[in-house]
Amino acid sequence: MYKILKAEELAANIYLMDVEAPRVAKYCLPGQFVIVKMDEKGERIPLTICDYDREKGTVTIVFQTVGASTKRMADLKAGDSFRDFTGPLGMPSELVEEKNFDKVKNEKVLFVAGGVGTAPVYPQVKWLHEHGIQADVIICAKTKDLLIIEDDMRKVGNVTIATDDGSAGLKGMGTDAVKELVNNQGNKYDRCVIIGPMIMMKFTAMLTKELNIPTIVSLNPIMVDGTGMCGACRVTVGGEVKFACVDGPEFDGHKVDFDQAMKRQQMYKTEEGRAMLKLQEGDTHHGGCGQCS
Amino acid sequence: MDVLKKVPVREQDPKERATNFEEVCLGYNDEEAKCEAERCLKCKNPQCVKGCPVAINIPEFIQKVQDGEIEEAYKIIGKSSALPAICGRVCPQESQCEGKCIRGIKGEPISIGKLERYVADWARENNIEPEKASELNGRKVAVIGSGPSGLTCAGDLAKLGYDVTIFEALHEAGGVLVYGIPEFRLPKQTVVKSEIENVKKLGVKIETNVIIGKSITIDQLLEDEGFDAVFIGSGAGLPRFMGIPGESANGVFSANEYLTRSNLMKAFDDEYDTPIVAGKKVAVVGGGNVAMDAARTALRLGAEVHVIYRRSESELPARAEEVHHAKEEGIIFDLLTNPTEILVDDNGWVKGIRCIKMELGEPDESGRRRPVEVKGSEFDIEVDTVIMSLGTSPNPLISSTTIGLDTDRRKCIVAEESTGKTSKEAVYAGGDAVTGAATVILAMEAGKAGAKGIHEYLSK
Repeated sequence: MYKILKAEELAANIYLMDVEAPRVAKYCLPGQFVIVKMDEKGERIPLTICDYDREKGTVTIVFQTVGASTKRMADLKAGDSFRDFTGPLGMPSELVEEKNFDKVKNEKVLFVAGGVGTAPVYPQVKWLHEHGIQADVIICAKTKDLLIIEDDMRKVGNVTIATDDGSAGLKGMGTDAVKELVNNQGNKYDRCVIIGPMIMMKFTAMLTKELNIPTIVSLNPIMVDGTGMCGACRVTVGGEVKFACVDGPEFDGHKVDFDQAMKRQQMYKTEEGRAMLKLQEGDTHHGGCGQCS
Repeated sequence: MDVLKKVPVREQDPKERATNFEEVCLGYNDEEAKCEAERCLKCKNPQCVKGCPVAINIPEFIQKVQDGEIEEAYKIIGKSSALPAICGRVCPQESQCEGKCIRGIKGEPISIGKLERYVADWARENNIEPEKASELNGRKVAVIGSGPSGLTCAGDLAKLGYDVTIFEALHEAGGVLVYGIPEFRLPKQTVVKSEIENVKKLGVKIETNVIIGKSITIDQLLEDEGFDAVFIGSGAGLPRFMGIPGESANGVFSANEYLTRSNLMKAFDDEYDTPIVAGKKVAVVGGGNVAMDAARTALRLGAEVHVIYRRSESELPARAEEVHHAKEEGIIFDLLTNPTEILVDDNGWVKGIRCIKMELGEPDESGRRRPVEVKGSEFDIEVDTVIMSLGTSPNPLISSTTIGLDTDRRKCIVAEESTGKTSKEAVYAGGDAVTGAATVILAMEAGKAGAKGIHEYLSK
């Protein structure tokens, strides 16, 4: 069992938890992910690592409720436990790899974090900060109330906020904020890291391609085992089929086939939607919701 | 009773079982087992033992069954096999022990597998426990993977007094026994779990959720965690795809994914959160045991199922019993047929599979006649789900993170057959990680060899 030391709701339907998992905390790096399973009947859910404390042996995860398992997970409190918590999985971010450090230390890096994607951006920015590199970070969300991890991020990076409705920071989407920093403020970047909803990564990567900024995205496709066994997470990158769990989760944002990736992400939409409705409404639910047949 | 014929084993009716996940074969009762045991000729030079990869003393245990001393029979099997309830169910007996049985020259061989299963089930129902080592020898061994090779190796070493820890990447111990082989062929709770409990009763510790090569490496196990030797039994987990157009469409699955969802995650049971696309009309591509398992799982989830295989029936690599069961249940076999493309609708979902007819040409390096395409014979089958069951290869996670561990061109770990010795000191390996995808019993044989190799190494 893996004990939850802290659990808080960061924004509507977005939760943060510190979990005791010494084996994961010992060697994990920014960019990698874990798989959690809350109990016997829960799904295996891949979550990108949001922070870690090697001494305390804890790993921080952030998740949004999307299916039946995450909805049930949201009810867990400090003191409760996950039945299973495994990792670190996937490859660490290129930025934090030792062999790249000589190059990275002279780079100007821009992060674009969308919604719950702010969580996996944080450890990368923090890692760079700890190694003497100050990165620019755009945090974008639909509205002010959905911004997460803003205060912690400000401690480690130069933060720009953008909201779709203008309730905080710039009014506009991630792409508008990138244009502001690059075109209006005249910043030059050697690398851009985009993590957020698939559609946001697609359009932001299209923009950075126009701007000639090498770009990394972190994908969160459907997975089961997370070790290369099932192939559920296959994505096409530069015409080649890759498994996000072992080859990724980070890929060249200018080569990912986002349209296919988005279609694959919808695969269990109705299945998950059904399971969630069953959970919420119990016996009172009898179809007619558009999810049920 | 006709001594030339096997005592028939009771099975669930095909129509009934096609809609449930209960075990197909019901096994022998006391009387049936005794009758079957009496057919054994008790050969002086038993060929069956030579056919058994772990060399169980078959005539001796069958004699005990005939005498009604089932506990004794269990102990005899236990000397050679740690997982008899599993092997009695999933070994390809027709090409091993039963294939060599003298009784089988005229008439049918003894049902050795069914007798083994009977003995193991009896022992479980009567709470017979395996014997633990009297004292520990103070040496620590790490076993990677809790599938058949790992469990066997761990069990053998524990009996010799080693302090053994198994590291399992998934959340449940058992490897292919829990994620791969379906409930209706190998019940998880009654059979697999209790066999694993037996291994634990020998003193073996199992730590789940540890991915060797990610959570910790083999070098770290040896240097930081004080293990004196390591056995790698990590299996062959990576699925192959065909590389044809449309393979990334929604509704195309590897057999691994489909079976893992159903078996390990229990997606077939509404009480569990993990979803599975049941499919109305399913094509399973491939003809091995895994293909049969995937096909029969899809059938039980309510689909019409086609098995598409490029050679003819006699080349099907699956066990005869599995093919027979699949046919009885209503699986449709499209033989001498090979997919060329998966047809995809506007929303990215599978709508069909384009195939081409094949004919058998000259034998290839495997000795089987090579299938050749019949020009212009393309045709489409309308399906909404495609399950690719084309075999698997070893996961490079371990070999790529272990210093000095040699692999061959298929990414299989290079290890000596009789000892499991690898190119790296203190590291032994066996099972599918070494051979590529094979069978449960061959993995067990390799686990035994690894235990022997490690014991010799640490006794020096």
